[in-house]
Amino acid sequence: MSLKVEFDEPKCVAAGQCVMVAPDLFDQRDEDGVAIVLDDSPSPDQYDEAREAAAVCPAAAIRLVEG
Amino acid sequence: MPTPEYPMARESGCPFAPAPTVRTMTREEPAGKVRIWDGSEPWFITRHADQRALLNDPRISIDEHRDGYPHMTRGRAESAPHIPPMITNTDPPEHTRLRRTVNGPFMVKRVEALRPRIQQVIDSLVDDLLAGPNPADLVQAVGLPVPTLVITQILGVPYEDHAFFQTNSSKTISHESTPQEAREAGQALGQYLGALLGQKMKDPAEDVLSEMGARVAAGEMGYEEAVHMATAILIAGHETSASMISLGTLALLQNPDQLALLRDRSDDPKFVANAVEELLRYLTIVHTGIRRIANADIELHGVTIKDGDGIVFDLSGANWDETEFPGADRLDLTRPARQHHAFGYGVHQCLGQSLARVELQVAYSTLYRRIPTLALAVPFEEVPFAMEGVAYGLTSLPVTWSA
Ligand code: HEM
Ligand code: SF4
Repeated sequence: MSLKVEFDEPKCVAAGQCVMVAPDLFDQRDEDGVAIVLDDSPSPDQYDEAREAAAVCPAAAIRLVEG
Repeated sequence: MPTPEYPMARESGCPFAPAPTVRTMTREEPAGKVRIWDGSEPWFITRHADQRALLNDPRISIDEHRDGYPHMTRGRAESAPHIPPMITNTDPPEHTRLRRTVNGPFMVKRVEALRPRIQQVIDSLVDDLLAGPNPADLVQAVGLPVPTLVITQILGVPYEDHAFFQTNSSKTISHESTPQEAREAGQALGQYLGALLGQKMKDPAEDVLSEMGARVAAGEMGYEEAVHMATAILIAGHETSASMISLGTLALLQNPDQLALLRDRSDDPKFVANAVEELLRYLTIVHTGIRRIANADIELHGVTIKDGDGIVFDLSGANWDETEFPGADRLDLTRPARQHHAFGYGVHQCLGQSLARVELQVAYSTLYRRIPTLALAVPFEEVPFAMEGVAYGLTSLPVTWSA
């Protein structure tokens, strides 16, 4: 099993919740704070972080696809 | 049962708990209605899961210009037609565009970079408090000045204007001001911020007003809009943080085991961060409901919310929803609480949340560590609560300590 991060950029309101819970997977763009995915294929020890990021994103801009 | 009036009064014996009707409706009537000041009866949504689903649903709107929008107060209803499109009254994609123009300074890394400065601000307020009279009022000594001093940094208010800025912003939000005083102070601040914006456009620095000035110059933002936005940031970030500092302290003083836990673990950033989330959940200071209007028919729990119907989301309902937070009436700094709705949910979720978090993390981890004997100077029943604002808080918090 692997986990892939899908990010729907137009939805992002740049609240930075993802950066707070998963700093290894997300950052914010300098100009406007819109999220950047640093790593869309987290390693298994990062799955919890990735799941939490998807859960806290207030704009439902982060989706995880299991493959 | 007749439609309950909203906002509802809390029970006097437990001022931290949401009104009993809110909790009953969360359990028994998830798609009920309330009656608001103008006699209209918007839907009343209190469950955590329902708020998550609806506040992100493109069929609901925050367009306060639309007939049927459940305004907070008569004053807000009367001013709504005169307010230009801003982040607080637009839907995506317009909202997304506007929000990205003001978001820069509120990014996690920009706010984290301010942490040492915020620590200095709070340390020097605690120094002053300890050097001053004992007992003292924590609202005036720490609660109100922290957000003012932080916001002056962020907006870029020059040091020599701090006193003016501090006096007037406290007056706009202090529960001790008369409505007239609050209005005059608000106007003085608006004029001040307008003039400062003009100055920053000529002579930019590293601050929010300069950033907005650059956007005004580039034609991405109107001048009026920028002044409105700066004032909104000031007000939205002021009363809320001030309330959280004072009320949080009171809640901890009432829960000495939790206060002791926080004091002992105040050098553990993870613990402190979670304690802040739990206090945000438990207190849910934005207690007059966030307001929306349906833009299409929506089915929910067997009823139809019709296109044009108003909807009120009571955030304290969701934050005390037993399904999401078992034993919700207990303040438990160790519970996972990050999924709370104290900052709202959906695209309008608080712009200043990262800043508020850092302010509160620094305040709570400093105050009780530096003043371990902090105690109420009056009986709990005599602490004056201020329940009438958008955010509830305290008019004063008399505290004492042993030297
Ligand atoms: C503990 C402190 C705070 C609490 C509890 C709080 C709560 C909230 C809530 C519930 C909303 C959502 C309103 C809605 O959806 O209708 C909101 C939005 C907002 N907050 Fe905060 N807030 C706090 C601090 C701040 C700070 C420090 C700032 C800025 C310096 C700020 C600026 C804003 C702005 C501009 C919005 C509108 C965002 C939008 O509509 O897109 N808030 N806040
Ligand atoms: S939490 Fe969601 S909305 Fe916020 S920055 Fe991350 S992706 Fe964007």
